[in-house]
Amino acid sequence: MTAELLVEAFSVRKEFGGLVACNDIDFAVQRGSIVSLIGPNGAGKTTFFNILTGAYTPTAGEIVFDGQDIVGLPQHKITALGIGRTFQNIRLFGAMTALENVLVGMHTRLDSGLFRSLFRTPRQRREEKEGRARARELLAYCGVPARAERQYARHLAYGDQRRVEVARALATEPKLLLLDEPTAGMNPKETSAFVDFVRRARDDRGLTVLLIEHDMRVVVQVSERVTVLDYGEKIAEGTPDEVTADERVRSAYLGTKPVA
Amino acid sequence: MKVRRLPSVSPALRTRTSRLLIALVFCGLALYPWLYGKYLTTVLTQWLPDTSTAFVILAFTVMGLGLNFVVGYAGLLDLGYVAFFAAGAYVAGWLASEQFASAGSVSFGGTVLPGTPGIHLSPWLVILIAAIFSAILGVVIGVPTLRLRGDYLAIVTLGFGEIIPQFVRNGDNLGGFNLTNGSFGLNGIDGLGFGNKVHHAIHTLPANFLNELDSRWYYWTALALVVVTILSSILLRDSRLGRAWIAIREDEDAAAAMGVPLMRTKTLSYAIGAFFGGAAGALITLQAGATSPDAFSLQVSIFVLCMVILGGIGNVWGVTLGGILLAYVNYKGLFAAGNTFNSTFGTNVDVPEYSYLIYGVAIVLFMLVRPEGLIPSARRRAELVDEPEEENVAAEGAPA
Repeated sequence: MTAELLVEAFSVRKEFGGLVACNDIDFAVQRGSIVSLIGPNGAGKTTFFNILTGAYTPTAGEIVFDGQDIVGLPQHKITALGIGRTFQNIRLFGAMTALENVLVGMHTRLDSGLFRSLFRTPRQRREEKEGRARARELLAYCGVPARAERQYARHLAYGDQRRVEVARALATEPKLLLLDEPTAGMNPKETSAFVDFVRRARDDRGLTVLLIEHDMRVVVQVSERVTVLDYGEKIAEGTPDEVTADERVRSAYLGTKPVA
Repeated sequence: MKVRRLPSVSPALRTRTSRLLIALVFCGLALYPWLYGKYLTTVLTQWLPDTSTAFVILAFTVMGLGLNFVVGYAGLLDLGYVAFFAAGAYVAGWLASEQFASAGSVSFGGTVLPGTPGIHLSPWLVILIAAIFSAILGVVIGVPTLRLRGDYLAIVTLGFGEIIPQFVRNGDNLGGFNLTNGSFGLNGIDGLGFGNKVHHAIHTLPANFLNELDSRWYYWTALALVVVTILSSILLRDSRLGRAWIAIREDEDAAAAMGVPLMRTKTLSYAIGAFFGGAAGALITLQAGATSPDAFSLQVSIFVLCMVILGGIGNVWGVTLGGILLAYVNYKGLFAAGNTFNSTFGTNVDVPEYSYLIYGVAIVLFMLVRPEGLIPSARRRAELVDEPEEENVAAEGAPA
């Protein structure tokens, strides 16, 4: 059954000084599924993302991604293994064009180094040309208008910035796509279009998607499984319906005291 | 104060006319030694640098362009760039002087008479070896320091810039071995030249450039190095590596999450910057014929950094212009201005004495009026001037 699971985390723990941001979280994601990670602010969701991508090293615990232990690997190796992400507050390279942003995402999938670039070998030229074509396709796939390709990311409209960030994450050719509050700042129409997009991308590209989301409508619509964190602990897990019905989840969100 | 936007040159550089213009400028620069001797002297003689001074100006421009890889592209503030100048200078001294006379007489394409004690390699080879040695030193210094960010990195590089001259000063007795000749420095360093063997084969190529007229050869060598540095800058900027540098400069964490190996990429920019710093250091030393630890002060690092900032961080042409201008002011302009001032007002002010005061005021003014530099890169403008400019945006992406 292990091959069915793309990610398995065993009692992952992260402490910042005395603060326990992730308290022995066990977690697993089925290959090909869309899973949401929810919880009140400060529950440790983004910290968990940062542990998965290697930005933080967990204090304790083990994470197996696609059959390989990834704890302690540098970030670029983890990206190369197939974990791509977006950020909660958009973090594009502002003074690079949309196209260049996506090309940076392809960094691990291209391999021209110093000497090939200096001497502009045929191989480097071909790779660069193919890379640009692929980057254009990705931008179009994510719904970025063609005229935006050559604009600096910081000059793009907010919605386009979000889309470019997704395109950049897809450019890393991930097996697991991590989306950190992807619908923040979107209107209902954009949000529902995004839900469709995530489904489509999963099916087209054989992705597994893990997203942090605050909008419960999105969570219910898009995800097959939901995991709830509160104060760094996993308090519930299951289908969206199970989770929204859970008494502990309700109390975590609404603050009502559970009865005994 | 409001940032004033002057018409930018970068987008225009893509057009054919501008390429032609650049080619013309460099042809003009190549002809300068002749022009200076014949036509330009009568009118402007006091303001124009002679060929030897022009050589120094171009050699320092190479340093500015080299530092641009580190500060301009990768966004790593390096305040100790003089370390690589020093490395290049001493490699030149070791491989082309009588410092290691104990090694007997080793010559390989050297410009001195056969049988001269010490190691004497072909000066062209010396420049290359000095550059490679500097690049390796860049990796050695870079690996422990480049983990730091921002101000911390600046302070540590500042430290290395001070450590290297101290090491040189005290390197005259390393377990009994005189490596650096201490504070006396290295003297009697060979000059450029094609070497005796080449000279015997082709008589038009001089064995050494000791003739007064031969300062032209130094000048052309420096100009060639400027061209090579500019080409490398452009080729690397528009490549996978260049994109990774700029991504790191923009947002290090996001770059790492996108799969850019931070340490390797940063170290590479540092090593490439060091490569050109070392080459320039070797070239300047081969011309000067001597070097000493006093030449490696913090001021050199700051001076080169100013070229990058005044010219336009991250823009090759801006840095080239900034380098030439600033080095001109330092090696000729201030003297000329001082002489004009004194002869006009009948005073006796030593203007070059106030150079750092003048530079300081100039930098403050620049930061206020035009913080993006003389010829800013389109990217830099996007950062400092926050209004969208659709038509100019693509300029930096295409090969210039």
